[in-house]
Amino acid sequence: MSRADTAPSAASAGKPEASVAAGPVAAGPAGPAAAARAPGSPLRELLRPLGLFRSELVTTFRRWRTLALLLVLMAVPVLVGIAVKIETSDGGSVGGGEGDGPAFIAQVTNNGLFLVFTSLAVTLPFFLPMTVGMIAGDSIAGEAAGGTLRYLLVAPAGRTRLLLAKYATTVVFCVAATLAVALSALAVGALLFPVGEVTLLSGTPVSFGEGLLRTLLIALAVAASLLGLAALGLFVSTMTNSGVTAMAATVGLLITVQIVDTIPQLHAVHPYLFPHYWLSFGDLLRDPVYWDPLLKNLGLQALYVAVFGSAAWARLTNKDITA
Amino acid sequence: MTDAAEAVVETSGLTKRFRGGQVAVDSLELSVPRGSVFGFLGPNGSGKTTTIRMLLGLIEPSGGTARLLGEPMPRAARQVLPQVGALIEGPALYGFLSGRDNLLRYDAADPTADPRTRSTRVSEALERVGLAAAGSKKAKAYSLGMKQRLGLASALLQPRQLLILDEPTNGLDPQGMREIRTLVRELADDGITVFLSSHLLDEIEQVCSHTAVMSRGKLITQGTVAEMSAGARGRLAVTTPDTAEAMPVLKEHGVTDVTVSGDRVTGEMPATDPPDLADLNAALVRADVRVRAFGVERASLEDVFVALTGEGFDVAG
Repeated sequence: MSRADTAPSAASAGKPEASVAAGPVAAGPAGPAAAARAPGSPLRELLRPLGLFRSELVTTFRRWRTLALLLVLMAVPVLVGIAVKIETSDGGSVGGGEGDGPAFIAQVTNNGLFLVFTSLAVTLPFFLPMTVGMIAGDSIAGEAAGGTLRYLLVAPAGRTRLLLAKYATTVVFCVAATLAVALSALAVGALLFPVGEVTLLSGTPVSFGEGLLRTLLIALAVAASLLGLAALGLFVSTMTNSGVTAMAATVGLLITVQIVDTIPQLHAVHPYLFPHYWLSFGDLLRDPVYWDPLLKNLGLQALYVAVFGSAAWARLTNKDITA
Repeated sequence: MTDAAEAVVETSGLTKRFRGGQVAVDSLELSVPRGSVFGFLGPNGSGKTTTIRMLLGLIEPSGGTARLLGEPMPRAARQVLPQVGALIEGPALYGFLSGRDNLLRYDAADPTADPRTRSTRVSEALERVGLAAAGSKKAKAYSLGMKQRLGLASALLQPRQLLILDEPTNGLDPQGMREIRTLVRELADDGITVFLSSHLLDEIEQVCSHTAVMSRGKLITQGTVAEMSAGARGRLAVTTPDTAEAMPVLKEHGVTDVTVSGDRVTGEMPATDPPDLADLNAALVRADVRVRAFGVERASLEDVFVALTGEGFDVAG
């Protein structure tokens, strides 16, 4: 065939004019190829690898599923707020006094800001981590199930870069999910209950401004509490080619660990379970702040991120992509 | 780069043994010359897709080496893959994103792609595959043919040196198939090497300059399409109502394997010292055989293929 003989010489000659007219697709190896990959300013070059992260964020937060999860989370404070309002409308107190119901619920009627703490305490054991488990579990496995993983990798996204973008997006979701609960609770709390000076758990009164600041810190502490689970979910996600399986496995692990954490006979392992220090965020409401459990929580999450992040990396970078 | 004989794809002893011991690809020695349109043939399960995935760095070879554009894979994936467009085992899309957004996402995954020209390049790619009007539709509403086109568009987002297309006309209607064939020819004319796997033999015959045949994980043959077709001798075919009279005449002239089906008599011409076709025809007429049509039918690539693999397109066990 003559094409085999003539075409290579044409290609190597560059043939710039004809290719430009036909668009970048038709371009030879030289010329327009260089133009399409022309380096921009140094800052642009530095930020370019973030393109995948940005695309990942947009893709995740444009999905109806993600928005639905956030809406469910936002509905929880509404339900809690209305329930408290109805129960206390006759002037009584919630659950007949302190010690019953979720943490901080008794203070909600005095200060709407406490609805934020109550809502976080209600959602942290299960709702919040469940949504994180779904997003993290689906991250790689969902792409594999859809077949899009192979196209991302030949783009080439790079396996390490893809994993980092996926984890970073999950972290953003952790923050978004926590803020969804906190902001919804703040709005509902301010609407249904009085707000003002905050009496801390240690009895010290602080201004509403400082109360808000501590609320923000608490939201960040809660979001940080979820990082270990996010890494665990990411690891599970690299183990299977089915997004649903990975989500179910991650949420299943969460439930199992939560149960183990409540069995007194297993107290020896409790300090190593990722949810063990989750409710330590309440210590930010003391004066002075009782840092010990908070730091233990952060350390434990960092450990989980290191262990399962490495495992996920080792798994993904050595995996044969057959899906 | 300037050497015309340079191989764009080159494998040496490339082997893939899956867990469980099944050998999917066995010591493959493949060489795709630059500028060729290379048809990669083989029955289902013969190891074509595994080979393609190894070339693209998706699967780690258990032995041997693969070089893409002269660089070792998968080690040089980051440098090489931006210059390679691929369609692997059909398109894969985000159903909840529009066709255009799908392309934007795939382009964002390429760290070498310039974000400033992204939108233009996506539009051009959509235009090129005839999806410009449907670009804003959600991909889940696309027909199989449209998905296939979008997959091709994603392979054309950047200027490429090599296109690896796995069954690119799958799911397309005849008109769509023709458009894709035309597109492949255009791309080849622009100097892009096209590596095309297909189960449609006449498609390979129509667009490819070179071809390779795989069966049960092994490479059976590779070469130019012309060589391959020439390798198989044509069969003599005589159309006549007097089949009984024609047979002895043909045998007399050394034609072997004479068979009759309906009003057609076919046979193998002798390899050494074949008779002149005109004499043969005259001999038939002298024997009162009424000849309607007469001639040697050139072997199609399909005949070559079946002769080589000894099977149709059944799944190899």
